[in-house]
Amino acid sequence: MQDNSNNILDEVTGNDYKYGFVTDIDTEIIPVGLNEDVIKLISAKKEEPEWMLEFRLKAFEYWKTMKMPTWAHLTIPEIDYQAISYYAAPKKKEGPKSMEEVDPELVKTFNKLGIPLEEQMMLSGIAVDAVMDSVSVKTTFKEKLAELGIIFCSFSEAVKDYPDLIRKYLGSVVSYRDNFYAALNSAVFSDGSFVYIPKGVRCPMELSTYFRINAANTGQFERTLIVADDDSYVSYLEGCTAPMRDENQLHAAIVEIYVHDRAEVKYSTVQNWYPGDKNGIGGIYNFVTKRALCKGDFSKVSWTQVETGSAITWKYPSCILAGDNSIGEFYSVAVTNNHQQADTGTKMIHIGKNTKSTIVSKGISAGYSQNSYRGLVKVSPKAENARNYTQCDSLLLSSHCGAHTFPLMDIGNNSAIVEHEATTSKISESQIFYCNQRGIPTEEAVGLIVNGYAKEVVNKLPMEFAVEAQKLLSISLEGSVG
Amino acid sequence: MLEIKNLHANINGKEILKGIDLVVRPGEVHAIMGPNGAGKSTLSSVLAGNPAFTVTEGEVNFYGKDLLTMLPEQRSWEGVFLGFQYPVEIPGVSMVNFMRAAINEHRKYKGESPLSASDFLRLMREKREVVELDNKLANRSVNEGFSGGEKKRNEIFQMAMLEPRLSILDETDSGLDIDALRIVSEGVNKLKSNDNATIVITHYQRLLDYIKPEFIHVLYKGRIVKSGGPELALELEEKGYDWIKKELGE
Repeated sequence: MQDNSNNILDEVTGNDYKYGFVTDIDTEIIPVGLNEDVIKLISAKKEEPEWMLEFRLKAFEYWKTMKMPTWAHLTIPEIDYQAISYYAAPKKKEGPKSMEEVDPELVKTFNKLGIPLEEQMMLSGIAVDAVMDSVSVKTTFKEKLAELGIIFCSFSEAVKDYPDLIRKYLGSVVSYRDNFYAALNSAVFSDGSFVYIPKGVRCPMELSTYFRINAANTGQFERTLIVADDDSYVSYLEGCTAPMRDENQLHAAIVEIYVHDRAEVKYSTVQNWYPGDKNGIGGIYNFVTKRALCKGDFSKVSWTQVETGSAITWKYPSCILAGDNSIGEFYSVAVTNNHQQADTGTKMIHIGKNTKSTIVSKGISAGYSQNSYRGLVKVSPKAENARNYTQCDSLLLSSHCGAHTFPLMDIGNNSAIVEHEATTSKISESQIFYCNQRGIPTEEAVGLIVNGYAKEVVNKLPMEFAVEAQKLLSISLEGSVG
Repeated sequence: MLEIKNLHANINGKEILKGIDLVVRPGEVHAIMGPNGAGKSTLSSVLAGNPAFTVTEGEVNFYGKDLLTMLPEQRSWEGVFLGFQYPVEIPGVSMVNFMRAAINEHRKYKGESPLSASDFLRLMREKREVVELDNKLANRSVNEGFSGGEKKRNEIFQMAMLEPRLSILDETDSGLDIDALRIVSEGVNKLKSNDNATIVITHYQRLLDYIKPEFIHVLYKGRIVKSGGPELALELEEKGYDWIKKELGE
């Protein structure tokens, strides 16, 4: 009976990646390899000012002294950083001024991804900054946002148009010295998004970036920088997919969020990079540094992530709660299937007084995957009355997968109240049979149960994203029940 | 509608059903009784396609189709409903979402488009009344935190929603107090028609006071050893199973 149930689950989770198409677009790629000249070339292609190049070179110098981190519960094959091309751009030098000018192939890609720019512009009121490979393709709604003084543009544009802001905030939350991948990103980052919400402005629409790695043998190194000035609010969405390829591709991004007094930033991610095939061949290495600095008093940051893709995920969206009464939240669903590995979680660093943090992490493991939660709750000696609540659940769908939890609490102040709850459960054969008996086939049943399990987190996503996330959760586990 | 011939089945290599023969026609209500371990629940599980059991011999025909080659969900679409003895809890999945998924899978099978949200909720409301199921339960997770009686009422509610052609109720009366028993049985009776049939599996006569079967079968050691009319149930209630064992020469 046991064997039988495992077979069924295995069947349901051994599925195919549904976003694995390649767009046939003329792409400009620089030769593989990483050295000072390459960095100068990237900088020159982007027509960057001298200070930007200096930043890159400093980061590169530092990166050369570093080694890949090995502390995560991951088996990472050796990565040859000289075998990667660090810049790929869809060829079309003049930026499009209207939808008609956007390459039809590109529009088709976005349509397949379910984000028709045109439709989104008209219907949903989402401003999309679509990043394909390394160059921001089109930013919508910029004019409307500009009226409110909101800046939402590609990172390269920001370097040109808002150098003072970039120089002030770039690296202020994630220094290039922070870690190996942060240093690498700082040296070679190609593009990304920049958001600035001025004092007292509530951004009237969700800002959204859609990342996609299209070209073969390229790494994607984007940077996102969000600055929320006093009393402002913004909700930011990030979605990611990549085509199927046999080789592994590297994605090393940085997201920095700087939050001033009483400002709030909600950052939502649906990550569906190509996870590799059933046997673990190919897939994206997703090594991402995401951090928010709640600098201001009463500031708030909320991270919500639904992670279903990537061969290897290494990411810990964190909050530094420096301002008094600041709040950090982390809601996460991480799904691993087949041979995927994920080591993900968060860090909540309590520095200010009366700071609060909430962590809800839901891991779902299927197939032969390894899924780890790694969390740090640190309460510094001066952080009076810090509060943390952590809930950490694991759902297992097979007997071959692993779920691991590495919670660390470093409490330096006696007034802190810190709670940690954890559960592990398995979808049982009798639950599946019950669903079957009512006419719900096994795959749909797993989707239903998994979505029910993840509901608490998915409900934190903005509406449009929640629907996509639900579909994704079901699709990612097709062929994996057990 | 249902024709079972020489059905043998085992679990983990142990033979439980040792040659069952049974014919059920539309409009009929059959009761299967018998001592513990006779194979009553196994029979219902096998008919519903529970993968834990292996059929080794025999055939089951349902409206001319071979039931045994169908997946559990296909049997459901064809109109086989199993009221579970121990309905399982599915945390996080609301009854509404669960039933909606089930109904729409059935509709898909019939080539019908999914029910709209408002039509679906109307149907829920209507069918809830059959077993006096509280609206609050419909919004909770499937069977989670339900009392024993609520779980059984929830089973009959699902039966009302899916309108099966054949309902197999596996010890639906176990764990019910007298009020819940009445509500559940009345629910079953309301759903009865000339086009559907019911197989009731039970230990006790008391359920049969409410749901009146025309046919009683005694299952013992994996075989139907005696069949008769309603009077057989009364006889069993009075004398227990020992006289049957004696009749069999044990």
